[in-house]
Amino acid sequence: MKELLILSGKGGTGKTSITGALAMLLPLPALADCDVDAADLHLLLAPRPREEHDFLSGVKAVINPTLCNACGTCVEICQFEAIHISIKAELRPFFCEGCGVCARFCPAEAISLQENHCGTWFLSDTEYGPMVHARLGIGEENSGKLVSLVKKRAREEAKRINAAWLLVDGPPGIGCPVIASLSGADLVLLVTEPTLSGLHDLKRVTELVRHFKVPMGVCINKWDLHPGYCADISKVCREQAIPVLGKIPFDKAMVDSVVHGVPLFRQAPNSAAAEAVRGIYKKLSLFPA
Amino acid sequence: MKIAIASGKGGTGKTTIAVSLALAADGPVHYADCDVEEPNGHIFLKPALNQGREFALTVPEVVEAQCTGCGKCREICRFNAITVFGTKAMAFTELCHSCGGCFLVCPEGALNRGKRVLGFIENGQAGNIGFSQGTLRIGEAMAAPLIAAVRKEAEQQEGLVLLDAPPGTSCPLIAAIVGADYTLLVSEETPFGLHDLQIAAGVLRRLEQPFGVIINRADLGAGKTGQWCRKENIPVHLEIPFARKIAEGYASGIPLVQSQPDLLPAFSNLLKELNP
Repeated sequence: MKELLILSGKGGTGKTSITGALAMLLPLPALADCDVDAADLHLLLAPRPREEHDFLSGVKAVINPTLCNACGTCVEICQFEAIHISIKAELRPFFCEGCGVCARFCPAEAISLQENHCGTWFLSDTEYGPMVHARLGIGEENSGKLVSLVKKRAREEAKRINAAWLLVDGPPGIGCPVIASLSGADLVLLVTEPTLSGLHDLKRVTELVRHFKVPMGVCINKWDLHPGYCADISKVCREQAIPVLGKIPFDKAMVDSVVHGVPLFRQAPNSAAAEAVRGIYKKLSLFPA
Repeated sequence: MKIAIASGKGGTGKTTIAVSLALAADGPVHYADCDVEEPNGHIFLKPALNQGREFALTVPEVVEAQCTGCGKCREICRFNAITVFGTKAMAFTELCHSCGGCFLVCPEGALNRGKRVLGFIENGQAGNIGFSQGTLRIGEAMAAPLIAAVRKEAEQQEGLVLLDAPPGTSCPLIAAIVGADYTLLVSEETPFGLHDLQIAAGVLRRLEQPFGVIINRADLGAGKTGQWCRKENIPVHLEIPFARKIAEGYASGIPLVQSQPDLLPAFSNLLKELNP
């Protein structure tokens, strides 16, 4: 089983659309959506949840107002500005990091720690294969841990069905959820676009992927919006010995597939974009050699 | 006046909008790039930057000669960032959240305040526009403290402060927008745009902060984002159509209000509306 992770650095370059398209091309895939902050793959693949689970991670402080004597110790020692005093100490839950230092030092023993419900994750079935996805609670943290959990469950599911591929839609950026997605990946497909921002962000994400020693290839989406920068991206990739696995033209079929909530190969199997994704799939299946 | 520009979904045009507002402002204005994982504002504003400085978290550093291996630091750390091997504590600083608990409990004074560099903060000037940005060190997972530092520095500036937020809906977003006087959520007319906008709007409501929406590439999609905003009584301040000319300008690092100057009055008016 090969674990293929789709990343981009820059957001909105087309990760999810391309993941959705590849889900229909890869033979026997298991699927995972690791962009738990803004998960959208389910809008293309229409998963039917088989299991639904709470995601509990870390703790948050709970202040008992009857015990609190507003001494201010907690406010003083909290490094996250998560507690303020009005009449009694009050928690700003968005800011609580769950370190528990306030509870340990509260002289009135007015603070306890409660396990934190950070989100929900699902094991689902799609027409294309089983899919593990999640929904992070509003404004919650711990997205890195939720990503690790999604990947772990998706791997188990992939093993169970003897999948040939585990296809993982990744988050944008280079921080915590991206690093969590990268762990254990066999191959990364970087989706970029021919813009200065796309190129700038691509360089940062290639450096990160190299740091984790995962083989990678690049796909340039909407390449004809600026053939000049497309050539620049190819040149940078050549210099860094990163193969360009394909170029996808700007094609309204891609937008239409999102609008209709179906993968590209349902929406427009003969479109120019679909043809380009087929080419990328062929190269991916031989990669890394 | 602090205006944050955020989105939920990536690539909807946060930087495009933030840069356009900076260029449309008439008074003193400061642009702060809080998308520290992938900061792009500099590509459009081309600021002259100062040398910059490191931004670091305070993390424990064990002074072995003083450590007795009592394990109190291990006990209080909820992030498994400090443990005891044999008779000495050992810190795994990449896991540290900098809560300071270990310093408070160590009876021997055996922990020094070390640092873990999260990234850099740079300041500069782009014409009349004050500029700052944070850049996360590659390989570093924790973006939120760096984002908060960029925001807090920018908040000290006079006049209009524009906070260009990272994508997503979790801690990095909150670190950038908390306390803003107004947040503009940039979305699209696609189901992805709408779905992620709904989550981001939920964050703003939980924060009890006022917000409105800008719909970019408004003619690509089914019109459901605008419909949802109307249903929820969320103001839609601006709808920008898709145009190849805009996309080409964006590609080359040309700000929207320069590639499409007829849009400039819309941004000036928006600023007047938000900051009368």
